[in-house]
Amino acid sequence: MGSGGDDGRGALTTETVAPARPELEEDARRADSRRGFFISLPAWIYLTVFFTVPLVIVLVYSFATRSSTGRTRLADWNLESYRRLWDPLVGQIAVRSIVLALATTLICLVVAYPFAYYMATRRPALRSVLLILVMIPFWSNFLVRTYAWKVLLGSDGPLSQLSQALGGEPIRLLFTNTAVLIGLVYGFLPFMVLPLYASLERMDWTLVEGARDLYADGWTAFRKVTWPLSRPGVIAGSILVFVPTLGAYVTPAILGGAKTTLLGDYIVSQFLAARNQPFGSALSMGMMTVMLIFTIAYFRSGAKNL
Amino acid sequence: MTEAVLLKGVSKVFGETYAVRDMDLSVHDGEFFSLLGPSGCGKTTTLRMIAGFEFPTKGSLRIHGNEMGLQPPNKRPVNTVFQSYALFPHMTVEENVGFGLLMKKVPRSEIGERVKKSLDMVQLGHRADASPKQLSGGQQQRVALARALVNEPEVLLLDEPLGALDLKLRQAMQVELKELQSRVGITFIYVTHDQEEALTMSDRIGVMNEGRLLQVGTPQEIYEHPTSRFVADFIGEINLLTATVVDHRSVRLGGGTVVSAATGAVPGSQVTVAVRPERLELYGLEEPVTTGLNTLQGKVVRRVYFGDVFYYDVDTVAGVIEVKEENRPGVDLHEVGQQAVVAWDPAATTVVER
Repeated sequence: MGSGGDDGRGALTTETVAPARPELEEDARRADSRRGFFISLPAWIYLTVFFTVPLVIVLVYSFATRSSTGRTRLADWNLESYRRLWDPLVGQIAVRSIVLALATTLICLVVAYPFAYYMATRRPALRSVLLILVMIPFWSNFLVRTYAWKVLLGSDGPLSQLSQALGGEPIRLLFTNTAVLIGLVYGFLPFMVLPLYASLERMDWTLVEGARDLYADGWTAFRKVTWPLSRPGVIAGSILVFVPTLGAYVTPAILGGAKTTLLGDYIVSQFLAARNQPFGSALSMGMMTVMLIFTIAYFRSGAKNL
Repeated sequence: MTEAVLLKGVSKVFGETYAVRDMDLSVHDGEFFSLLGPSGCGKTTTLRMIAGFEFPTKGSLRIHGNEMGLQPPNKRPVNTVFQSYALFPHMTVEENVGFGLLMKKVPRSEIGERVKKSLDMVQLGHRADASPKQLSGGQQQRVALARALVNEPEVLLLDEPLGALDLKLRQAMQVELKELQSRVGITFIYVTHDQEEALTMSDRIGVMNEGRLLQVGTPQEIYEHPTSRFVADFIGEINLLTATVVDHRSVRLGGGTVVSAATGAVPGSQVTVAVRPERLELYGLEEPVTTGLNTLQGKVVRRVYFGDVFYYDVDTVAGVIEVKEENRPGVDLHEVGQQAVVAWDPAATTVVER
C-alpha cells in the first residue's frame, strides 16, 4: 500500500494541478471589461447623444456672435456674452434665484427630516405604506399639480375665501415669490425625504442607545450621533433639491410674477424673446458653474464625516 | 450591605407575551454575575431593563438601593458593553472613550488623563487616534470595554460581548475579562447563551428560560445540583432517565431497575434522574464493581474517540446512556457489541421534575 500511495500522490501533483498560464487570467480580465462595456453601452449612447453633445453645442454657442437680426453666427468667436454676465441685472436675478433655491432647500430639510425620522422608526410594514404615500404625487403630472396650486393660491381660491369668511383680507399670494417658494417646496419635498429616509433607515440605533448609556439625554444623542450619521442623506437631499430649484422654470413661470424674473425664465427669454442665443448659452454655462461650486462645497463640508 | 442590583417581581410584557415574568434577583456588590439561557429566554430584556433601554411593566428595580425602574439610561450609574460594541463610527477611539465623561461635564484635562489610563488598561493606548473601523474585532471589543469602564460605573452590563469573536480570541478575552473584573472590583452582569463562558467566568450564575429565572447559584451548584430538568439539560452534557419515586432514597428507572438517589418527591411520582456522562464508569461484565454504586447493564452501541476522552453509548433497559471515559493509560477499551456495566455513585445522581 505504501509505494502505491506514493505513486498516486506523485500523479496528483503533475496531472490535476493546471500549469501556470498568466494569459488565461489576462483573458478573463479582458472579457470582464468587455462585458462591462456592453452593459453600460445604452447609458453611454444616451448620455453622449442627449447630454454631452447638447452641452458642447451650448458651450460653442456661448462664444458665438449674435447678428443684428437675431441670428447666431458661428464666427467671430468672442467673450462678449460672458462679459455681460457681470451686468448688475444678471447679478440681481442670480442672487434672487440662489436665495430662493437656498430657502427651498432649507424649508424642505426642516420639513422632511422629522418626517423621514418618523418613517424610519416605524415598523417595516408601515414604512412601506408611508413610502408609497410620499411617492403618490409623482403619479400625476407636475404641470397639472402646479396649476392646481395656482387655483389654490388665487385671490378667489379656497385659501382666500376661507380668510374672507373668517373676516380677514383676501389673500394675494399668487404671482409672488412666496407662491413660487410654496410651489417649489411642494414639488421637491419628496427628493429631500427619500435620501434622508434611506440614510436614517440604515442607522444603527444601538449607537443611539450607546450614547444614552453614556449619559447623553435624548436631544444630545441626536445631535452627537443621529444627525452626523445621517449627514450623507442631508447632503444628497439638499443637492437634489437645490440644483433643480436654482434653474427651475415651470413653477416660477406659472406661480411667479412678471416683475421678479428668476434664472430659469431669464435664460428662456434670451432664447425665445430676445433671440440672443450666445448670451442665453453663456447664462446656462454660468449657472452650471454656480451649481457645481455649491455642490462641491457642500460635499466637502460633510465629506470628512462620510 | 445593599445589593448592587435588586429586582423584585419584575415583569416585562411586549404586546401580549411576557419577555420576563415575576423575576426576583439580587446581584451582590463586586461580583461577576452571569445571566445564562437560550435565545429569547428574557436575559437580554432583563439586562436592557437594568440599563434603562426598557422599562419594567411591573415590579421594582433598585441599583444600590435607589429605585431606578423608570429612570432613563443617562440617569443610571451603569454602563453597557453592547454585543455589536456600538462604537461611534464618526469618532476616533479616544473620542469614543471620552464620550461619557464629556457628557458628565468632567473637565477636559481630566478627560484626557482618564481616557489615556483607560486605553492603556486595555492595551490600546497606541490606537487612540484610530477610527473604530480600522480596528480588529478584538480591539473594538476592548475599546467598548474601556469606553464603559472609564466612567467608573457602579455596575457594568455586558450583552454577549464575546459573541462576535472567533474561538481562540474568545477564550483569551474570557480570561482577560475575569481578570479585569477582579482588578477594578466593579459589579459585572454578563449575559450569555454560552454555558462554558458562564461557568468559567462567573461568581454566580442565573439560568433563565421562557422569561423566568429558574436557578441562581455558583457555577458548581448549577452544574452539579440542577434543580430543574431544564437547567440540568441546558448546562453541559447529561443523561436524563425517566423514573418513579420509590422512597426518599431510591427511584425505579424505566425497565424496573431500582437505583439509589436522594429525592424529596412523593413516592409514586414521576421524576427525571440526571447523571453527567463523566460521572459514569464502564465495567466489563466480569469486573468487580465497587459496592454501593448504582449499576445498569447494557450493550455498547457506539464508541467515539475524542482524543482526550472516549464517548460510549450504552443501550440499557432504562434507555441509551452516554458515558464519558478519560483516555488514560490502563483504561480498558470496550468494543461495540459487547455487554458492559454502567456504574455511578448515588451522590452524583440528581432527581428533578419530569
